[in-house]
Amino acid sequence: MRAVLTVIGKDMVGILAGVSGICAETGVNVMEVTQSILQDMFAMIMLVDISDSNVPFDELSARLAKYGDDNALSIRIMHEDIFNSMHRI
Amino acid sequence: MLNTKDILETIRMIQDENLDIRTITMGISLLDCSRSDASAACDAIYDKICRYAEKLVSTGEDIEREYGIPIINKRIAVTPIAMIAAACPGADTVRYAHALDRAAETVGVNFVGGYSALVHKGFGPGDYALIQSIPEALATTKKVCSSVNVGSTKAGINMDAVQMMGRVIRECAEKTVDDSYFGAAKLVVFCNAPEDNPFMAGAFHGAGEADCVINVGVSGPGVVRAALEKVPDGDITEVADMIKKTAFKITRMGQLVAKEASKRLCVPFGIVDLSLAPTPAVGDSVAHILEEMGLERCGAHGTTACLALLNDAVKKGGVMASSHVGGLSGAFIPVSEDAGMIEAARCGALSIEKLEAMTAVCSVGLDMICVPGDTSAEILSAILADEAAIGMVNSKTTAIRLIPAIGKKEGDEVEFGGLFGSGPVMSVNRYSPAKFISRGGRIPAPMQSLKN
Repeated sequence: MRAVLTVIGKDMVGILAGVSGICAETGVNVMEVTQSILQDMFAMIMLVDISDSNVPFDELSARLAKYGDDNALSIRIMHEDIFNSMHRI
Repeated sequence: MLNTKDILETIRMIQDENLDIRTITMGISLLDCSRSDASAACDAIYDKICRYAEKLVSTGEDIEREYGIPIINKRIAVTPIAMIAAACPGADTVRYAHALDRAAETVGVNFVGGYSALVHKGFGPGDYALIQSIPEALATTKKVCSSVNVGSTKAGINMDAVQMMGRVIRECAEKTVDDSYFGAAKLVVFCNAPEDNPFMAGAFHGAGEADCVINVGVSGPGVVRAALEKVPDGDITEVADMIKKTAFKITRMGQLVAKEASKRLCVPFGIVDLSLAPTPAVGDSVAHILEEMGLERCGAHGTTACLALLNDAVKKGGVMASSHVGGLSGAFIPVSEDAGMIEAARCGALSIEKLEAMTAVCSVGLDMICVPGDTSAEILSAILADEAAIGMVNSKTTAIRLIPAIGKKEGDEVEFGGLFGSGPVMSVNRYSPAKFISRGGRIPAPMQSLKN
């Protein structure tokens, strides 16, 4: 299953490293990354493959959310299809 | 890869604009649970619901987590119980309500709908007893919802049933005075009731439906209002286009969730109900959409036109986004469940008469409206007759869900809590319709019924 991982918050050093570190630990393969900074607000979007993840989806989601809470970032991971269905015909 | 702007738009809709799936409703036929012994029938009903809906709640929660979209309610709709109860005349019908309540508790759903009777042309076996038992059934159960269909475009309006329902509505409130008259909030009286509606309190599983189906109701008034903020000075055509585009996106998400739930539960997908269902939360109001179009307050002159536009645009946008559309599909205007409606009713901008006009152009009827506690059963019946007439003549669903606030008068407040919200007691016209209501009989079906 492919999922979209979004990180939104104030820009700071190490966000990409921190999030991709969690992906590496949990066996989540990062397929694409885009990031942009608009007036100090950092928005990173990763397309990830979680088919070979070594933790259940709930745990992955909770670990990312905790990292987000600790660093004042909003981190979400959602099934790719929700975006495909809403924005593509 | 997906466009960053699109991804952030979806996240903003969910995070800031209250976008959610309002309900996944499993429709279950109970026709094979009919027994000549009421105890055996109740056991069969309990067993079948528990067997079919065992994984409904957990599957809904799994989808919620994986897709990151809140699914507020998981519900069950069943075959109108009057049809099942008809097999054992003389039995206490309330027992069926208790069986439904127990089953709902066991599988963990929020509500079960279908303590219902369809009497638009006349009373069949079981109908009369079930309708009489509604106040007791709703007062002694937590999760059971009830509905009665008293009219249709094809059949006309059963005025005997209309007369009876005025009394039943009052009794529902009287029996639940200590619980904010909640019995009356779980009862809907329809004209042209849809058989696949996933929304409570009016959901039931029609006799023409499959054994089991999954129906999904979407929501998202907050998303539509936020989208309209982007065209502050656009003309009305631009407003309609913006609503259509937004409704399309919302419905696509509903379709995705419905298909996924259907696949995981191995149950056929029924319909997506394209409704804008408000909640009392700030930013989740249909009234605020109308105000965003340029009304100082919902209820002002122009409200009916704005609502007609909204209702039509929601359907046009949504219909291409889903393979099967059904249920009520349109904009809901429940007063106590909509922050903007509550404000408008409190300040006097919105009256029952204006709400009645609005129901001619939107998807439901006079919904979640508190009326003074001394409103007579005849007046309640007459309000129902008016509403049913609008539905009958316009070939659309209309309904009433009125709450006679026993012991309270106009201007007092009633607090229901949760999604049911709160609201002021609204004034009703006091001139008596008693003679008209006491006549009974049937309003003949209108010319519109002769389409063959």
